[in-house]
Amino acid sequence: MNAYNLLAGIDLRQDAYLGALLIASLLFLLGLRGLSHSETARRGMKLAAAGMFIAVVGTLLDKRIVSYEWIIGGLIVGTVIGVPMGQWIPMTKMPERIALSHAFGGLAVALVGVAEYTNHYMHLGHFDTGALSLEVVLGAMTFTGSLMAFGKLMGVLPGRPQTFPGQNAVNLTFLGGALAILLFLTARPEQQMFFYILLSVGLLLGILGVVRIGGADMPVVICLLNSYAGLAAAATGFALYNPVLIVCGALDGGSGLILALIMSRAMNRSFKNVVFGAFGARLLVDPVATGAGGTVHEGTSEDAAELLKLAGSVIVVPGYGMAVAQAQHAVRDLADLLENAGTSVRYAIHPVAGRMPGHMNVLLAEANVSYDQLFELEAINDEFQRTDVSIVVGANDVVNPAAKNTPGSPIFGMPILNVDQSKAVIVLKRSMRPGFAGVENELFVQPNAMMVFGDAKKTLAEMAAALKKEG
Amino acid sequence: MECENFIILLYIFVLAIFAGYQVISKVPQLLHTPLMAFTNAISGISLVASLIIAGEGRNTISSILGAVAVAAATINVVGGFLITDRMLRMFKKKERAKA
Repeated sequence: MNAYNLLAGIDLRQDAYLGALLIASLLFLLGLRGLSHSETARRGMKLAAAGMFIAVVGTLLDKRIVSYEWIIGGLIVGTVIGVPMGQWIPMTKMPERIALSHAFGGLAVALVGVAEYTNHYMHLGHFDTGALSLEVVLGAMTFTGSLMAFGKLMGVLPGRPQTFPGQNAVNLTFLGGALAILLFLTARPEQQMFFYILLSVGLLLGILGVVRIGGADMPVVICLLNSYAGLAAAATGFALYNPVLIVCGALDGGSGLILALIMSRAMNRSFKNVVFGAFGARLLVDPVATGAGGTVHEGTSEDAAELLKLAGSVIVVPGYGMAVAQAQHAVRDLADLLENAGTSVRYAIHPVAGRMPGHMNVLLAEANVSYDQLFELEAINDEFQRTDVSIVVGANDVVNPAAKNTPGSPIFGMPILNVDQSKAVIVLKRSMRPGFAGVENELFVQPNAMMVFGDAKKTLAEMAAALKKEG
Repeated sequence: MECENFIILLYIFVLAIFAGYQVISKVPQLLHTPLMAFTNAISGISLVASLIIAGEGRNTISSILGAVAVAAATINVVGGFLITDRMLRMFKKKERAKA
């Protein structure tokens, strides 16, 4: 094992190396703490970047490194791909980008595990092999799972959940098999063939696990993959006796898990339900039975502008449709006009609006919306009843009153934004097609709701033009 | 020896989970996407493991695996920090035009 023994005697070079890793770990924690406020967030990020720099330089000085050509090659390729991925990806593509980076994280960890095992399998201890096996199976799973998620978000793969009979049994068999091989390898570290079987099962598990997940469940899945990537890195730390990998892996894994819990709570669903439920596929609910069915009041952009002119307070409710239409700037333009006319404008952000946690916040921030106008569900939900007009931009399930009123509905119990309580509702929507959950939306047939069909960006621009003309 | 090392590492892991939970649960919903990009960047710390495999010159296959791992981890470090910074620069409180 080419790792340091943590209990070895004094070795100045080793102590300096471990010291660098300790400083890096502290900087990462301090950096994360900065993220608790938007004012301190950038400073936090810089601290973490400094930590990364220290850890990398400390490692490069390590006496185990004897040649630099492969390292330099890897660093150059990574930078050439990394800079565009950081600098030029549009904010609307953020979920795709995050999914792809989880794939890279999983890949790096899995490759490290394979190389470590192949180089040392003849004299690996039980713990070491157990940790390496866990690392490789998690890394491989994260890699293929994230690529699947990326494909689904990009629309290359079908976004609807793909199911087949006995799917749960198949997945559980593979999961159990992976666990059995992992335990076997821990007992018999030299059984090389089983290591590669485990690697293949890990790759397969990632595909099987994500193939059944639909678009609206993506926020939870992306968080879970984030968590797996972190846990895989922590397992690497155990295998290589490297504390900084353990700290980072724990932070990354913990963060993913916390976010996944927040997301599934916001959908009123358990983890189990997200992972094994395949929500969108089984929804053949009779629309009449859900209590919907009624007359839709359709309006034009001019009608909507007319309504807004009389409003003293407006709440905008963005959803995934805003990201698809890239309508965040059009939203901002309309809000500016309203504010200049003395109307108060706020934004209500549901935790699972969009395809990843915080998706809507980033888009609106990109459009220069001040963050003190962005409100979380709990903070604004009692305000709807005092609001003149709510504008729903491409959101659907998160404003469906069926979640409160219809016990038989698949989304019943999910916390929703009380848009239906505002005096009037303008719903911008492409068509009457149901939202992701496949459930009809009672809101759309309420007497106080006006539907404006069409591309959200275009409709918003028309509304703004109508306001300007008459204002 | 292996077992004592394992226990020390477990200490580190458990304490890091605890510290991480305290810090991460205070990140507001507003910053959840930057949080994901940020943790994505620091998960590129697997770079420190990849560097050693790419540089220890054990055999060509091992070096190649290491170099690919270095590239993948570098993408996350470089891309992750750049995009986090890009996002965080956008989160501003603006002076509202007086109506």
